[in-house]
Formats: sequence, structure tokens, C-alpha cells
Amino acid sequence: MLKLEGDIRIPSGCAIAAVMNRSAERFDGHTIIASIATMHKRSNGLGGGFAAYGIYPEYRDYYALHVFYDDDGARQMCERYLQHHFRIKDREPVPVRRTRKITDAPLIWRYFAVPREDRLYREQLGEEDFVARVMMTINSDLRGAFVASSGKDMAAFKGVGYPEDIGEFFRLEEYQAYLWTAHGRFPTNTPGWWGGAHPFTLLNWSVVHNGEISSYSTNRRYLEMYGYKISLQTDTEVIAYAFDFLMRQQGLSLEDTIDVIAAPFWSNLEQEKQAHLRRKYAGLLLNGPFSIIVATNNGLMAVNDRIKLRPLVAATRDEFLYVASEESAIRAVAPVLDRVWSPGGGEPIIGLLYNKKGLLEASPVGLQTDAQSA
Amino acid sequence: MTLSMLTPAFTVGRNEERCIRCGVCVNQCINEVHHLDEDGFMWVTDKNCVGCHRCAVLCPTQALAITEFPLAFRPNNYWSSASLREIYAQAETGGVLLTGMGNPRPYRSYFDHLLLNASQVTNPSIDPLREPMELTTYLGNQAAMLGEREKPLLKLEVPVMFSAMSYGAVSLNVQKSLARAAREMATFWNTGEGGLHSDLKEYADSTIVQVASGRFGVTPDYLNNAAAVEIKIGQGAKPGIGGHLPAEKVSADVAKTRMIPAWSDAISPAPHHDIYSIEDLAQLIETLKVATNYQKPVSVKVAAVHNISAIASGMVRAGADIVAIDGFRGATGAAPMRIRDNIGIPIEMAIAQVDQRLRDEGIRQSVSLVAAGGIRNSADVVKILALGADAVYIGTAALIALGCHLCQTCFTGRCNWGIATTDRQLSKRLNPEIGAIRAINLLKAWEHEIKEMMGGMGINAVDSLRGNRLMLKGIGLEQHELELLGVTAAGD
Repeated sequence: MLKLEGDIRIPSGCAIAAVMNRSAERFDGHTIIASIATMHKRSNGLGGGFAAYGIYPEYRDYYALHVFYDDDGARQMCERYLQHHFRIKDREPVPVRRTRKITDAPLIWRYFAVPREDRLYREQLGEEDFVARVMMTINSDLRGAFVASSGKDMAAFKGVGYPEDIGEFFRLEEYQAYLWTAHGRFPTNTPGWWGGAHPFTLLNWSVVHNGEISSYSTNRRYLEMYGYKISLQTDTEVIAYAFDFLMRQQGLSLEDTIDVIAAPFWSNLEQEKQAHLRRKYAGLLLNGPFSIIVATNNGLMAVNDRIKLRPLVAATRDEFLYVASEESAIRAVAPVLDRVWSPGGGEPIIGLLYNKKGLLEASPVGLQTDAQSA
Repeated sequence: MTLSMLTPAFTVGRNEERCIRCGVCVNQCINEVHHLDEDGFMWVTDKNCVGCHRCAVLCPTQALAITEFPLAFRPNNYWSSASLREIYAQAETGGVLLTGMGNPRPYRSYFDHLLLNASQVTNPSIDPLREPMELTTYLGNQAAMLGEREKPLLKLEVPVMFSAMSYGAVSLNVQKSLARAAREMATFWNTGEGGLHSDLKEYADSTIVQVASGRFGVTPDYLNNAAAVEIKIGQGAKPGIGGHLPAEKVSADVAKTRMIPAWSDAISPAPHHDIYSIEDLAQLIETLKVATNYQKPVSVKVAAVHNISAIASGMVRAGADIVAIDGFRGATGAAPMRIRDNIGIPIEMAIAQVDQRLRDEGIRQSVSLVAAGGIRNSADVVKILALGADAVYIGTAALIALGCHLCQTCFTGRCNWGIATTDRQLSKRLNPEIGAIRAINLLKAWEHEIKEMMGGMGINAVDSLRGNRLMLKGIGLEQHELELLGVTAAGD
């Protein structure tokens, strides 16, 4: 029997893309689908997905939980678990369009919910830590249930298929968002699994990723020291948790975070602070080829591995920022551009909404120290 | 005296057609195996031969061949010839069997049951000749948060250091060779427990000084003439027992360095008599930190014994910045054979277990792990780093680079290679300039090989190799052994 993701580690190659309006003006899913579809040959039909920010303004204060279920039994079990931890304002199946290209879809539901005060109080956790922990527990312990996304005013839409077909399946043209990211997947040894498609998310974070990090086991074991449960065995999961750990838990700036994951070579280090970062977080250096786009409600950051072993191109036009594995994917949706460039290894592209100063500024920052010094 | 039942271990064959009666073998063998009589005949005394190959290597005409003495006992799968010979020796002397170097018994080597990974297609391998490949390693407590002051650290440009080998156990020229090599390669050498000879003070920045149970040569000056201080609790070759440098090796110079009377036995007690528990260790660590004004990391070295994870955890909580673990293959200048051959656990298991335990307890960031005891080559280095070590100590491999032929008789002080001796004439046989070059060559060769292996894995910084157990696959191991090592089987 073929093993699913989570049982074995699956490397994959891919295409990534993002389109963002920095004034937070929303636009529908046609653009991002057209962009990612241009790179059809970079994926193999075994995974595609999108993250969309700004789609649920009417539920801005609620966590939007998108959950996949193998069957109705799994749904009932998971809903019991959710109700134990959350006050659920609304619930419904995610509307989909049945097409011939997408088969074997799981049951897909969404919930708009907030943590129950009594549970928060009892578990002595901050709200975000609480939500993150409940989501990780569902993914690792509740058989047949998988949380695709759990942020506010955002969602991940993903599955097995080419990304343009997944976009059609999820009726993305009916959603309005100011920031879209997309992914087409080329996994190398799996039948594909809906949960394993990108984007990978945690709270408001979403990550789309192209590459195979050779430091996976080092990174994974580092994060496990700080309580992260690694259930998918994909590079992308580890990258998402690395950002969550460095920025949300350790309170690092985005620049410092990039100096950790795509650390400059020792010979190029300019500041003592960078050396300290590199020493302290050596276990989170992402080694090997990757290009990633990390997004939150405030904007996006795209970066390559430090010796640029994967393609990544960026462009701007008026209020729009485009990022993609190939320039063609940008030109397909914006033939005329103000600027097009290919960033160097470890050199981030940061695109924030005009009124935001950082990817995380609205979030409370919790500091976690080593057990010994705590 | 009664008849000795011990027969020679080796026999020296001389090709008479090649031998030119030059007498080099006679002069080179301190054990008096060779003899040239007045009539020009060469004689050999096989029973004196320890198999060190000094004569054969220096013979200008390659006239000498040294083979095992061809005397077969009736085949016996239980009573080996070694078992019999050991009993004959004890029946003659009534003594503890002494030996040198590391455990030679055919226990399983986990290094030889681990295979490394390489990139193919989905991930490019990296060519270290074209791309930067970083081996820079920092050792010490790295728990300080950004913005806080970092604790003192050791910086290594290659994650291989020279193990503790004391002046007295080895010659001063060995220490000079290793100190120079350490400085040249930006790594560290370790004084061992015999103090620091005044000739070596110039290498302070590349030196780790040891504080062991004998406290030989320990002064404020000694502690501050170093980059780090190491408390030696135990040694892989002889866990649980102390040391004994016989009086005949305690020359005037050794005595001065150790601050003891010349030609007297130098005894290191089995335990430190001020450390009977973990809280006592914490006090000594703190004392040494105070004595060095908190400017130097403090390492604690222990032998890998059965409950090493709990011990290591205690040491970290007691304030050790570096934990050095010496596996059961670790070598010695002198140890009882039964101790060396039967006590301890493999370094591969110890590192795998300790690394995981410290992670589980959330204190791995507060310490660096140094693996010692039986690291034979660069592949062993890569494997032990992937299991979770930050760096390694090499002792035996370094001595072999200087000429050691592993005859295992270091405890006699009659080392024909000028290594495990304090005899002034013998010591001159090791030229520290040449010794340094050979040790540097070894480290450079390993550095190249480590970079090649890392590049193959698609890794360009050693940071990403450390603890990267996915790069290892077990071959020919039982399921439980795989689980203990934290790896999966080849093909899995």
C-alpha cells in the first residue's frame, strides 16, 4: 500500500506565484489562477493550492477553520472536539464546483469560531498558542480530519490536481482578496494527498514552497524541542513552523528571521548581531534549494536559499506586487510592468500593505526562552 | 624463576640477501629485538618484539618482515590464544594485565552499520570546489537570547579537535606537534591532566587545559593560559578508575610541569575527591568560571557509561558549557586490560541518546556535545555529527598520523616512535615540525572529505548536518538499535 504524507517524507519540485495589491484593494481569483496556470509544466497534477487574504471581512474577528474530512464520522468526531475548545459562530460546507478533473475530494467544511474563554483560562495559553495547539493536535491525532487553514480573514484552498483545476473546483473567481498566493506541485513519490498540497498554514501564516531542504531533519528536530508537532513530514510544514517560532515566539524581526533561515556566509557577515543569530539559531538554517512565499494578513515575503538554487522573479506595476517562479507567470497577467528583477540568494522580497510595518505587527508577541533559563 | 610459558607474539623475518648489516634496526629498537654480534651476524629475540614496525619502516633495504609468531593452539572457539596467553602472564606475575590504546575487541561498530545520503535529481549536490562550504563551528552555551550577552564560545574552523593526552603519557614533541597543528587549522588541542609545559604557553589561544582528579599543574596561570578549561571526570578506555603514571616516566621536566617530585608515581584518584555528586561538580564548574573571570567555556569530559543521558543532563544543569563524551573505543596511555575491554558503551549510541535527551529536556541549546573515542576517519566524523554531536576529539587517529603503529604498549614508556615516552633520546625521534605537518595534513584531508560528503548531501554549512539523522540509514541493524540511534533502515 502506498503510504500517505505524514507516514513518509516526500520531496517535491514545484511552481509558486503571488499577486498582491498593496492598497488592500481586493480582486478575484482569476488573476492568480491565470498566473499559476502559465507554469503548468512545473507541476504534475498531484497538488495545487491557493491562499487568499481578505476574503472574510464579515468574520474578521473569527478564526476561519477550513477542515478536510475523510468521511462524515471524522467530521462528527472533529466537530465534537472543536466544540469542546471553540465557540462556533457559523459552520457550512465549503462551496465547490464538481468537475471531471478533480476526483476523490474529501468533505470540506469551514467554521468561524473563537476559543472558549474557559478553555483558554484552564490551559493558561495565549489565544494564538491555544489555536495553534488545537490545530496541531487535530492534524496529528484525529484520524481522517485535517485542518487546511486556521487564520482570520484568510483561507487555504488546496487539493490534488493541477492548480488551475483546483481553483475552478473551489470557485475562487467568487472570492475577493487583496493578496493571493498559489502553488503547483510536483511531488516525486506519492499519489498525492489533499492535506499535503500547499499552501501549508498555521494561524495567519501561509507558505508556498518550491524545493527540497536538505537540512529537514536538523530543522525538524530543532522545532520539536519547542513543542512543534511535525505531522506531515514535508519541508513546507517545517518552514511554516520556523517562521512561527522565530517571529511569533522569539519575537525576531522579518530581517533577522531571514538572516537565520538564509543566513549569510560567515565570510560575508557584517554585524555581530547576524553572527549571534546564526549561532543561536543554527538549527533553523534552511539548507538546500528553495524558493518560498510566506504570507500573512499584512503582506508577503519571498526569498531564495542562500545560493539561489531555485528560480524566483519579482515585479511591480502600480499598486501591485507580483512574485513567481518564472517571469512568464507574471507577464501572463501583467504584460506591462514598472520593474522586474530576480533577487539574489538570501535576498528577500518584502511586500507589505501600505499601512503595515511588518508581517506580524498586529499580533501579540510571546517570548519563549530555553527551559533552563526560564 | 620458573619457565615462562609465554611464547612470542611476533616473529621478525630477515631477508639475508637484502640485509646490509647497517645496524639501523639494532639502534632503533629500544626493546632489544635485534643484535649484531662481533662476527657480523644478526640475531633477533622474537619475544621482545611488540610489533611496532619501527625497524621494518626504517630498514633501508626492506629486509625485515614482521609476522605473527606461527604457533597455533588447537582450534578452540571459546578459549582463544589470547585468553591462554593472558592467563599464562597472570600466573607468572600475579598482576593486573596492563595495556595501552583503545579497546580492540570485535564489538559491533555502529559507524560501520550507518550509510550516508546523497542528492540525486530532486535536490542538487553542491561542489565544494565551486561553492562555499562552511565547517565553522562554535562550542559552548548558546542559550543567550538576541540582545543578551553571549556566553564565551570556542570557534573551530574544522569540527575536529585533538583529544586530551598529557605530557608524561606522551612526549612533549607530541604536544608541540598537535599544538602547532591546532593553531594552524584554527581548532584546539588539549593538555590532558599533566599540566602545561612552559614551551607551549604561546599556543594558549588554541589550548584546552584539563583539570583532572590529580590536579597536576593546576594554577591560576594554567587556567588562564587557555581558551577553555575541561574537567576530566572519566576516560573511555578506563571509566571508573583513575590514572597512574609510573615513576619511570616522571622525568625532571614532567615533574616540574606536574608540580610533583621527580621519579615518583603520579597517581590520579578514581574520583575527584571534591566531587562525590552532581552538586559538587556544579561547584567546581563555578569555581573554574570564577577563576577565569567567566571568560572561558568550561567543558566536562566523561566516559560513555550505561546511564550517560541522565549524567549528561545533570552536567548541563550543573553549568557545563561543553559536554565531551568518550566512547568505549577511546584510547589510553595505560589501563587495565579488563577495564578497557569490558566497560562503557559505543560513542554512537551515547551521542544519539544524549542529544535526544537534552532536546527532550529543552536544554540542548545550553551546551555543545563533543564526541570522542574511536573516530577513525572523516566518514565517522560526518556520521557522529549527523547523530547529534557538535564536534569530535581525535586521539588515536592523531597519534597514528605522527607515526603510532598501535602496538598497545604505551604503558612501558619504551615507545620506539617517540610518542608514548618521556625518554629524551626516544622523544627526539618525533620532530615536532614534521609532526605538525603530518597532523595538519590529516585535518586538511578530512576537511576536504567532509566537505565532499556534505556537498553530496546538498548541505553547505555544517550547521545543517548536525543532528540531521535523515542523512543516515542503518544497515544490518536490529529494529531496536535503529530506534536507539534515531535512524531508519537502508531501503526504508
